[in-house]
Amino acid sequence: MRRSAILLVSVVLASAVLFVLLRLLPGDPANALVSVGADATQIEAARRQVGSDLPLFQQFLRFLTDIAKLDFGVSFVSGASVLREIGDRLVVTLPLTLSAFISSIIVAVPVGILAAVRQRTWYGAGISVISQLGIAVPAFWIGILLVTLFAVNLQLVPSGGFPTDGWSAPIDSIEALILPVATITLVMSASLIRYVRSATEEVMSSDYIRTARALGATLTGALVRHGIRNGAVPVISILCIELASTLLGAVVIERVFALPGLGSMLLLGIEQRDYPNVQGVLVVSTMLVLIAGFAADVIQRLVDPRLRGRVSGGAS
Amino acid sequence: MSLTPADTPQPTAISVRRKIPLSLIVGGLIVGLHLLAGILTILWTPYEPTAMVGGRLAEPSIAHWAGTDRLGRDLFTQILIGARIALEVGSGAVLVGAGIGITLGTLAAFATRTLDDVFAAAFDILIAFPTLLVAMLIVTASQTASLFTAVLAIGIAGSAIIARLTRILVKRVLSMDYIVAARVAGSSWPSIVFVHVLPNIWPTLIVNLALQFGLAAMAESSLSYLGLGAPPPNASWGRLLQEAQGTVYTAPFGAIAPGLALVTLVIGMNLLADGLRAFADPTRRRSR
Repeated sequence: MRRSAILLVSVVLASAVLFVLLRLLPGDPANALVSVGADATQIEAARRQVGSDLPLFQQFLRFLTDIAKLDFGVSFVSGASVLREIGDRLVVTLPLTLSAFISSIIVAVPVGILAAVRQRTWYGAGISVISQLGIAVPAFWIGILLVTLFAVNLQLVPSGGFPTDGWSAPIDSIEALILPVATITLVMSASLIRYVRSATEEVMSSDYIRTARALGATLTGALVRHGIRNGAVPVISILCIELASTLLGAVVIERVFALPGLGSMLLLGIEQRDYPNVQGVLVVSTMLVLIAGFAADVIQRLVDPRLRGRVSGGAS
Repeated sequence: MSLTPADTPQPTAISVRRKIPLSLIVGGLIVGLHLLAGILTILWTPYEPTAMVGGRLAEPSIAHWAGTDRLGRDLFTQILIGARIALEVGSGAVLVGAGIGITLGTLAAFATRTLDDVFAAAFDILIAFPTLLVAMLIVTASQTASLFTAVLAIGIAGSAIIARLTRILVKRVLSMDYIVAARVAGSSWPSIVFVHVLPNIWPTLIVNLALQFGLAAMAESSLSYLGLGAPPPNASWGRLLQEAQGTVYTAPFGAIAPGLALVTLVIGMNLLADGLRAFADPTRRRSR
């Protein structure tokens, strides 16, 4: 219950941050509605229509109620409903992000545990070195390299783009997402491996694993029985942060592969000064980020009963 | 804080301190090379950066170490200039981020409980926004994309992480007995901050700032890749990569070389941070 209150407060705080950031954007949003050389009365009417003539605080209240009603208005450029456009874009971004997320977990968890358990072997050390390298490589460059190798030289998959009719030809759509998913997976698992490894190392040096070993359990047995739950707690919170930042950080990847997702909608919105679009994307993705954080907290409590008594995260 | 000669035999103390971690040396060398390349471009470049000196999209050769771009300009020259830009943006952004972050973090740590909670929550929310996104918005808000706005945007976007770290570090120091002692002795809060707090949190902060430097260099290249960084005459690595992506079918090398330069700089910075951590972390030094 208390946790839900914190979520609500964060939503309002985050909206305030967004509101300030959006007001920083140059020019009056009303300018987008009138043609060049419009006279003062026309501009005044446009300002009334978008509400930019109101005092700032009232604008903020209006901003909040619009968010609560999921009313993001219509695009200045195309006149289409922002919410609808976001829906169309999520059809690309959500499958991209979620499958990259899941495949990163599939890669990073076993590899990270292996790196911790076998840290004195050559491949244990190798994994550490490679994951160190991985965090120093920008995602877009990995994307370009993968395109060069798999799309240009080997011609196995398309180098970019997405079918204009969405998922009506699923094979084509999946093919279009293979390289982007691989790119995000590489970047994301590099950083995840490090967290999984250090969580496992911490678990391995704990008293309860030593006790279990002393009682005759094998290291694997002890880790499976006692280690996973304990080690999972810090990893889950990292996972949720990573999921959120991938969702928001898809901008660059979508640009590399020319995907019509949420990120390219944001970039286009910024280029065209299309306020409602920019605002809609930011609000929706921020809410997703906060919900991911909330989910992390709930899952952690399910995994670790010791956390249930206290409120963590947010203002701790 | 200082160790008395009685409990630490001098020779060992010196030999432990003198042991410089390998990562510090390697990281320092890599970053040093980039620094040299960057400074060199102020005085001299192999070719005029904007002169069309070779055939279009030429392969790497002795005359053109990294080949030429789609206009026939020498790519190696541009990559060298890219090092200067990355270093300028990196150090500028870290300065901006540290200035804002350390100030806010220290203020938060000194504030009343409620105010501190608000600060902490605000830092957490700001950190949840990817650096790049905040930087994108700030660049857009300032209307003209330039080197300066990139520095400002990346610095501001990264300041929340520094602020959160500073807040935690300062709070830890403030709970120490010697702070109480200093208060009793009549020191003012400002003098406590500069005499006791900052010198004590500095080692940890420096390590983090080195990591931030690497992140800033990556953010800069991402921004220029998206077309929101320094405008064309500036050969930022991100913009070189963005241009090379269009000609990747005919000249794949152009899409590789600038990326390698960027990755080595970031790895060098991370190694340097690792080395500094091992070298300068006061808690580790004390435990020996």
